[in-house]
Amino acid sequence: MKTILLPVLIFLVLGAAMGILLAAASRIFAVKKDERAEEILACLPGANCGGCGYTGCAAYAKAVSEGSAPANACTVGGAEAAQKIGAIMGVEVGSMEKMRAQVMCSGTSEFAKKKYIYEGVPDCVAASKIGGSDKICPNGCIGLGTCVAACPVQAIQVEKGVAAVDYSKCIGCGVCTNVCPRGIIQLIPFGAKHWVGCKSEDLGKNVRKYCDVGCIACKLCVKNCPENAIAIENNLAVIDYSKCTGCDKCVSKCPRKIIWSGETQGKLGLVIARIPEEALNVE
Amino acid sequence: MSEIFMIMFAAILTENFIFSKFYGICPFLGVSDKPSTALGMGMAVTFVMTISSAATWAVYYLVLAPLGLEYLKTIAFILVIATLVQFIEMFLRKYIPALYSALGIYLPLITTNCAVLGSALVNIQEGYNLLESVVFGFSAALGFTMAIVVFAGVRERMVFANPPKSFQGYPILLIAASLVAMAFSGFAGMNFAR
Repeated sequence: MKTILLPVLIFLVLGAAMGILLAAASRIFAVKKDERAEEILACLPGANCGGCGYTGCAAYAKAVSEGSAPANACTVGGAEAAQKIGAIMGVEVGSMEKMRAQVMCSGTSEFAKKKYIYEGVPDCVAASKIGGSDKICPNGCIGLGTCVAACPVQAIQVEKGVAAVDYSKCIGCGVCTNVCPRGIIQLIPFGAKHWVGCKSEDLGKNVRKYCDVGCIACKLCVKNCPENAIAIENNLAVIDYSKCTGCDKCVSKCPRKIIWSGETQGKLGLVIARIPEEALNVE
Repeated sequence: MSEIFMIMFAAILTENFIFSKFYGICPFLGVSDKPSTALGMGMAVTFVMTISSAATWAVYYLVLAPLGLEYLKTIAFILVIATLVQFIEMFLRKYIPALYSALGIYLPLITTNCAVLGSALVNIQEGYNLLESVVFGFSAALGFTMAIVVFAGVRERMVFANPPKSFQGYPILLIAASLVAMAFSGFAGMNFAR
């Protein structure tokens, strides 16, 4: 009897001692948790996309509660989440616009010339290390899908050698803008009707040599814009979205047909998700 | 003194926990994708294994042995190690938050690391005294850390390899691990310890 009872007793005592030790330790070593972090986490979309620069929504919520991150860094949650977080933290949050990613390149395989045939690792970063990728244009989309792999919501696909973002899936987190070795993906206001499908800062005469759809800085769009919303910066037309009214004048004037609009989709046959009028009007 | 040195040498190289005893293969394959995370895991294991060697030695020789309950050492050690890891985690979170965040998720993972239990059992099997147990636990963990960091370096290069489909993922990992283990078997001839 003793041979059975003794071990049972010893382990009961041992187990109880360990249990009490841990219970006491959890009291003694209790760390005050910031309750605001939990509340902030509840306001966030929970996509864990990493667009804010933190490893996930929980990490961002913690950073906000510690005061090391701004309340409006979550592009996915947008203005709504920023307002709620601001209310929890007791800070004023400026208005925030919903954004979407746009690949600023129209140079599909039929329009942009290549200097060699790339057969290496299918990754834009790897390709860009070899003579700056197979495309001659130093600012053109390499089209090997580094952004496709990085997108947390599978909103990007590569069509004819150029990445295209499906606006209906895009949550505007901005992850793709950071991974693109060319830096040609931009976040633009979700409701923006026009954008310049080119990022080339090369001189117009050079652009003509290697791309049929590159901006040559002819300034026709600048002259024809009734709102003065377009300017030429570094040989490239740039639209000021705060002024653009979406009048379509620049779209019809552009000789290279690279000012895009939601309805016309440019005239290149690039499969970029068409943005219907209704979607633009709904906020 | 030379005894201590021999224990260290054997635990790190000739009797390496991963490459010759096959303890702790789960974290070895699980958290060896990057050298930095591998080092974090190795540090956490070193920390826990050193302390648990002392704790399990005390439990065995002060509680179990006097009562004639040596045959229950495995279950007692599991209990002690699990409690110890929990305790250390709470202690670190309160007093050394920097170390706590550096070890991160790896600390609780060690509760289920069989290398820690293995070192405690080897200590008893070899009849080490308290000092020898702690030294053995520490150096075995160092050997573990070295193995996992070396393998993480190998894995970094394997990312660019393109093995046949049936070998992708864990199969090729296990083959690579066995090759590294074969390299380590070269140390087996250096017979310092008994």
